[in-house]
Parts: sequence; C-alpha cells; structure tokens
Amino acid sequence: MSQQLRTRKASEPHPSGDDRYKAIDLAARQFSYEKDALLEILNIAQQTFGYLSEELLFYISNSLDIPMSQIYGVATFYHLFTFEPLGKHNCTVCIGTACYVKGSADIVEDLGKKYDIEGGGTTPDGYFSLVTARCLGSCGLAPVVVLDGEVMGRETSESMLKKVDAIFDEAEEETGSE
Amino acid sequence: MSYEKLHSLAEQERARQKKLKKRVFCCTSTACLSAGAAKTMSTLDEAVSACQCDENEVEAVSTGCMGLCSRGPLIRVESQGEDPILYGDVDANTTVQIVAKHVPLVENIEPLDVDADEEAKKRIQTQERLLQAKSEINLDKHVIPLDDPFFIKQVKVVLSEVGQIDPESIEDYLAHGGYTALMHVLQNMTPEEVCEEIRRSGLRGRGGAGFPTGVKWNYARMEEADQKYVIVNGDEGDPGAYMDRTVMEDTPHRVLEGMIIAAYAIGANFGYLYVRGEYPIAVQRLRRAIRYARRRRIIGKSVLGTDFSFNAEVRIGAGAFVCGEETALIHSVEGKRGMPRIRPPYPSASGLWGKPTIINNVETLANVPTIITKGADWFAGIGTEKSKGTKVFALAGQLNKTGLIEVPMGITLGEIVFDIGDGIQEGRNFLAAQTGGPSGGCIPANFLETPVDYENLTKLGSIMGSGGLVVVDDTTSMPSFARFFMDFCVDESCGKCMPCRVGTIQIRTLLDKLLQGEATSSDVEKLEDLCAFVKTTSLCGLGQSAPNPVVSTLNYFRHEYAALISEEISEGIEAE
Repeated sequence: MSQQLRTRKASEPHPSGDDRYKAIDLAARQFSYEKDALLEILNIAQQTFGYLSEELLFYISNSLDIPMSQIYGVATFYHLFTFEPLGKHNCTVCIGTACYVKGSADIVEDLGKKYDIEGGGTTPDGYFSLVTARCLGSCGLAPVVVLDGEVMGRETSESMLKKVDAIFDEAEEETGSE
Repeated sequence: MSYEKLHSLAEQERARQKKLKKRVFCCTSTACLSAGAAKTMSTLDEAVSACQCDENEVEAVSTGCMGLCSRGPLIRVESQGEDPILYGDVDANTTVQIVAKHVPLVENIEPLDVDADEEAKKRIQTQERLLQAKSEINLDKHVIPLDDPFFIKQVKVVLSEVGQIDPESIEDYLAHGGYTALMHVLQNMTPEEVCEEIRRSGLRGRGGAGFPTGVKWNYARMEEADQKYVIVNGDEGDPGAYMDRTVMEDTPHRVLEGMIIAAYAIGANFGYLYVRGEYPIAVQRLRRAIRYARRRRIIGKSVLGTDFSFNAEVRIGAGAFVCGEETALIHSVEGKRGMPRIRPPYPSASGLWGKPTIINNVETLANVPTIITKGADWFAGIGTEKSKGTKVFALAGQLNKTGLIEVPMGITLGEIVFDIGDGIQEGRNFLAAQTGGPSGGCIPANFLETPVDYENLTKLGSIMGSGGLVVVDDTTSMPSFARFFMDFCVDESCGKCMPCRVGTIQIRTLLDKLLQGEATSSDVEKLEDLCAFVKTTSLCGLGQSAPNPVVSTLNYFRHEYAALISEEISEGIEAE
C-alpha cells in the first residue's frame, strides 16, 4: 500500500513546480525506494540543489519512508552535505597536508580577516563564501584554490586577496550602476 | 563474449597501435587538469587534426597520470623506433610547437576563404600557427629526461598502464594484457588456489593496516552463506594522498579485474565500489568501465561464458574519514551513519547486511591481476622479508619534484626524498617526512637510511598508511604541524567512543595552550599521558592512531616543544 502511494506521488510534480525534485524522484525510483539508497539520494540532492534545505530533507524522508530523525542523522554525519546555500561567488581553499605545509592556512586566515568571515562561512549579503576542503588531490601544485570553479595552483595570500578583491570590486560597480 | 573473442579484440587493438607512426599522449589526470591540461589537450587535438595526416599514422591520446605532477601539464611523444620524449609545463603555445616538431604538416595549406565554414577557418588558422611555430621551436627547457632518477628508481606494477593507456577504452586495456588474469583464473584455477596464490605472494592490505590479503580472502571463502560481498575501498580520506584516485581514474578496468578475481576467490557474486564523493571523475570512469565490461560479458550472468556470475555497482561516499575503517564503511554502504563497531565478528564472517564480506583497498586489488599473470614468486621477489611488492606514494611537500611514484618496498626514505624527489626546495634542509597522514607520524633526518616497509615504519612510530608522503623543511614548526593533524582528527572523529571524541579535543586544547606560550612542563606530561590513553582505549583505527603525529613529534622534536614551554608560568606554579 505504502509503495503504491509513493509511486503515485513520484509521478506527480512537486507542488512548488520545481523541476529539480524530479531528479530526486527518478533516483528514488532507480533504487526501487530501498532504504540503503539514502546516501546516494542525498548526494544527488546536494548536487542538484547545492544544499539540503529542511523541506528537501522532508521530501526525501517521505519518498523513502525513512523517519526525518534518521535522515538528519545521516546528513549531518557526512562533510559533503551542507545546509545553507553558498554565496554567489565562492572560493574553496584546500587545507590538505601538502597545501597546509605550503601555507594554505594563511590564505584562509587572511581572506577571512579581510572579509570578516570564517572558513565555511558566507558574507551576510550572500555574495561571497569561503570554503575549506580536505585535499583536492592536486598536491603537486600546492597550495590549491578553486575560485568560482576555476582551479588555481601555487597561490599565496597576496595573489588570492587580489583576485577576491576584484570580485568585490565587481559587486560595487554593479550596485553603483543601479 | 568468449575468451577467443576477447583475445582477438586485444590483438586487433595491438595491431592498430603498432601501425601508428606517432602517438602523442597528454596527461589529463586531476593534477595536470588543475595546471591547465584541458586547454593543452584541446589544443593538441586541434593541432594534430589540422596536420591532416593519415589517422592510421598519428593519434593524440588523452591518458592518465605520468607521475611528475609538479611539472604538469605533461605531453609524451612516442615515435616508432625512437625513444619517447617527455615534455613538461606544456601550455597551448608549447603544444603547438611540439606538434609542429613531431607531426608532419600537410603540404598544401589552402588559402583562407572568407566563405569557408567555421571549422575550415579554424583548421587553416591552426595550420598557419603550426607553420609559424615550426620556425621558432624552442623546447629545450620543456624536455624532461626520462633517465632521471625520478623515473628509473621506480618499479611499476599497479601503475604499469597508468599514463600509457586511454582510461576510457577497454580495448586499450585489453591490448596491454588486461583481463588475461581473469581468464586464467576462470579457466585454470579453483577459488582455493587463487587464495593460496595471493597468500604466497605476500600481498598485504595497502589501505594502512597491512593484513595479508590472501588470508583474509581464505577466511571469507570458508564461510558458508547464500550471499557474499566484495567491497572496494576507494574512500581515500587522507589529506595529501591521491594514489587510489589515480588508479581508479586512470586504470578503472584494473580495479574491476582485481575485484572480479577476489569475488571468484571467495564465492561472492556482488560487489560495491565505494568511492569518495570528491572524486567525480573516478566515479564516472568506474561506472563507464562497468558498463563496457558488462557489454562484453566480463560482468554479469555467466562471466565470460562460465557459470560464475558477478555484478558490481558504484556507491559514492560523502566525505567522512572514518569510513576508511571497514565496519564504518559497511554502515555507509548500507546508507547509515558511517560509524565503526566492535570487531569480532570480522566482516569476513559477518559484514554487509550480515553476510560474509571482504573489503580491500583499491591499490591492493590493482596488484592482483599482475600477481596472477606473473606468479606469486615473481611478486614475492620484490620487497623485503615481510613486505612484498611495491607501494604507490603521493609524494608532496617542500620537494623539488613532487608527484605520484611507485617504489619497491625496502627502498630507503633517503632515496625517495633525495633521488626521486630531488631534494628540498630552495636549498633548505630536510626536517621530516610524514607518512600515513593524520594516522601516521613524522620521521626525522637520522632515519633516512631506513628501508621503507610496514614493520620499519611502525617501529619508527609512523605507519605505512595509504601512501601519503609529505616532506617538510626546517621552516616548519613541528608542534603546529601536529596540531594541524589533531584538528583533522577532532573534525573527523565519529563521536561513538569517548576516548576519541573527547581525547582528541583535549589534546588539541593542550597543543593550543603550548602554541600560545601558556603551557607548563606538566602540560607536556599531560599531553603524553593523554596520547597514550587515547591510543590504547579507542574503539577503531582512527582513534587508536590519532595521537601518532603528536607522539612521534614529541619523540623526535622534543626540543621544539620544550622551547614553547613558558618558564614564567612554570616557575609561578612551582613557587606556589
């Protein structure tokens, strides 16, 4: 019975009309609503939505028939899942061992100080996020930074401050022209 | 597909490659990609096709890691009857020069026609660029000699096809002898013989603990159950290590072959490849490899026409270091929080969904096909008395040459640092080599002559670990290096057992106190006691090894800790 209910639900669009929920439905169907697919589905949700909102977690809880408490337990256990949206621009600094010994901690500290955010934080206006990563696997080019999807190697505090400053200048120009 | 068909497929590909006069390989592994290899590869493709030579004569191949990541992007040119030439730091301009030098350009270049379509215009432009580049070739500083100690000190077993084949092509793997081990096993060996062969080879788990692989398989083989599982542990969480990623990305079929042989040996017919979520390319290539293998009946019902059936699926991890521990990994595959449990029962008796399960590291399984084809005795001939074969290390840190290396067990640390790594950057001094990541320790200069194997590294207070090897110079402060790892362990402690959950935080607090100059000599004693406590009482490997970075630096670099003790506060306490 419950299986039937779920399948019917999956064929209907999400009430918000948001197409992205279809990806979740599809994945749930692919794994035949098995409970062990939870991690896979959370991964897909994170990729599709960029973060896991409470509403999204409830939706997954419903479609897999797993209590919300369990979903929350699993989702908060793993580092890849985030619960807040990222900023418009984001900067990921690798703090793996190789990058650390070449000074990536300074990059995080200096960027954080300048823009008053901690590693993992977003500016209050949602414009810029500073994220740290445990090894991006490009240790030969340490320290490695990913700025808006572009991977850059052998960076320093100065070079990064310059690049991030440029992003903030852009924002000022935008607001100035409005 | 039958054995004969697979053989003929391999023959066809071999014949095709033999006919080619030139093959230009470009590394498109993650490290090179972040150095700009995507641009290099697309320029290479454009330039080679603009030369308009017979496609049976010249080809551009996108391949895996060539090892010397610090000089990436890399291009290797192989010409018939000549030694291969390796170029480093290759940007788009250099690529054009390389192609202009090695690949003959079409003789009559059409004049640029305004009405020509975009493709033709682009081609003619590239041809003109090539023509111009021909007159100004200056590649001397890009050539990397292949007789450099970086290359000749290495022995390739696991990485033998990495950087040689197109990872997306099953034919290329077949042409390099791929899946012959599987065929041999299915045709000529019983599961018991396979376990015995692996045991005799002396292969030990490459994930860190070093348990004999053949013994583990035999335990699982002797269990009676309706269902057994094989899990490939590709959850490489150690920061500063990327061996498993490279193997999964660049020879996915080798991992698959090892996995199928393992499954046959224990009598499993389902397997999971648990891959770290941060490795999307590895996930994609493994999934594709499974698809290709299924199409050729290497995976599926009746593997290669025998009555053995096997299926495999990729599961994506979501970033939890503790999932490298086998019972935690099993929970994660089941879709739960990845927390370890008390062993026994060991997974070989009761693992995934309570069924007998073996969990092997990617590198361990990648050794298996070669052990089968070349024999246990050949493999046992490499290495030291108790550690056989080779080990892949991700060599990183303040060295002149960094990258991915595979060395025979028993090579000295000094050879790795000074011959392969070409010494410390900017002429500074070697301070320590850190192996095993957050679970390992720092090895100082006076042990540079020690042969690297499981026993020796453990004796020195470190571990072999999964293969991260980070070298630091004398500008590094050891207590803050230790704090860096402790911070990692605090973050990654799963919270199940008290010593690890609370102990790691307390160790970090003591280190902070020390680094802020507020610690007394009794704090250092406290630190030592606490480390011993966490080490002996934690539930799983994470907690048991978490104090290693602190203990080993306390052992070898005590003066650095002593220098941080505040005399004033110490005296004040004594006066009271």
